[in-house]
Amino acid sequence: MITIQKYVRAQSLEEAWQLNQNKRNRILGGMLWLRLGKGSINTAIDLCDLGLNTIEETEEQFSIGSMATLRDIELHEGLNTYTGGAAANAVKDIVGVQFRNMATVGGSIWGRFGFSDVLTVFLALDCYVELYKGGIIPLEQFAAMKKDNDILVRLIVKKTPCKVVYSSMRNQRTDFPVIACAVAQMNGEYRASIGARPARAMLLRSAQAEGFAAYVAANVPTEGNIRGSAAYRTHLTRVLVERAMNELGGM
Amino acid sequence: MEIKLKLNGKNIAASVEADTVLLDFLREKGCLSVKRGCDTSNCGLCTVLMDGKPILSCSTLAVRADGHEIHTLEGLQEEASDFVGFIADQGADQCGFCNPGFVMNTIALLRENPDPTDDEIRAFLAGNLCRCSGYDGQLRGIRNYLNSRKA
Repeated sequence: MITIQKYVRAQSLEEAWQLNQNKRNRILGGMLWLRLGKGSINTAIDLCDLGLNTIEETEEQFSIGSMATLRDIELHEGLNTYTGGAAANAVKDIVGVQFRNMATVGGSIWGRFGFSDVLTVFLALDCYVELYKGGIIPLEQFAAMKKDNDILVRLIVKKTPCKVVYSSMRNQRTDFPVIACAVAQMNGEYRASIGARPARAMLLRSAQAEGFAAYVAANVPTEGNIRGSAAYRTHLTRVLVERAMNELGGM
Repeated sequence: MEIKLKLNGKNIAASVEADTVLLDFLREKGCLSVKRGCDTSNCGLCTVLMDGKPILSCSTLAVRADGHEIHTLEGLQEEASDFVGFIADQGADQCGFCNPGFVMNTIALLRENPDPTDDEIRAFLAGNLCRCSGYDGQLRGIRNYLNSRKA
């Protein structure tokens, strides 16, 4: 159980960033994962007054504020038209509607959780994160970085022409995934993002459709936990990538 | 910290600790339909509406309700009375413990989608766990209610 000494609604990103430099302070997302932890938070920093709870669409990109919720992703018509429903598919089995009304995109992406459906689906797309101090960097680079005290401002999804398919294997509908898989066909290459390995999602690419599923399964490290063994996850990886490739018409 | 919110249609002000969760705050205010179940954001028992959207009060800080409108079942009894009888007729509220969460989320479902399919009902209520009935009773009750509206 966590305790919180003080709560602040930051009035600027600079104020939030300054507060976040103290290791005992924490930025709040949906607070769903954070609340299950232990320890004492000196100041809980809330970004809810900074207008970061929207998804803005232009001709070139979607700009998803870090406080937009997973339910916003699920219901956004433009984003789901662009992804062929993959964005909604990736979040629809995350606990329930109430949970998805609270869980934020920023919390999911920033956490780089090993079980994350959200990181998995966006990693397959042409995505970037905007960090307050670190600027705009590719999501793939961000996914591999160590956590620091910067602030995730928004997720940027470029409208690069693509086809993408998302699927996951769950032991039970609203449980964490045993394995999560997003495969995209973009810029003449195939991109497979594999999450719930159960480590952070990672991305593999190939120009060749043939043998891609086997290549991904052979090169994505997996581990075992209560939901499944490493061998089972590797087997599922090959199956889900093959199915996705069939759906994309690549095989 | 001082907070101001609208609870079941009434403006209230209160002083809360920074880590008081909304569930405890609401129960202190007499909203005893809001119950603690899993306490891990998974069971939906503590569902309330914040600005019309269903959320989990066990995992929401009370200070985050500042400036917002909260509805609990106490404030929505008339709207709920339309369909809870149909659920009761199916014996779906067997022990009744999960019922307030189911009813609150069903209200949210029917406001968003007044004529859902069975799969849409299942999907929307997937975040509400029932320890005894097996869910078919709730589904039949809601389906019977929807059918009665069309008759």
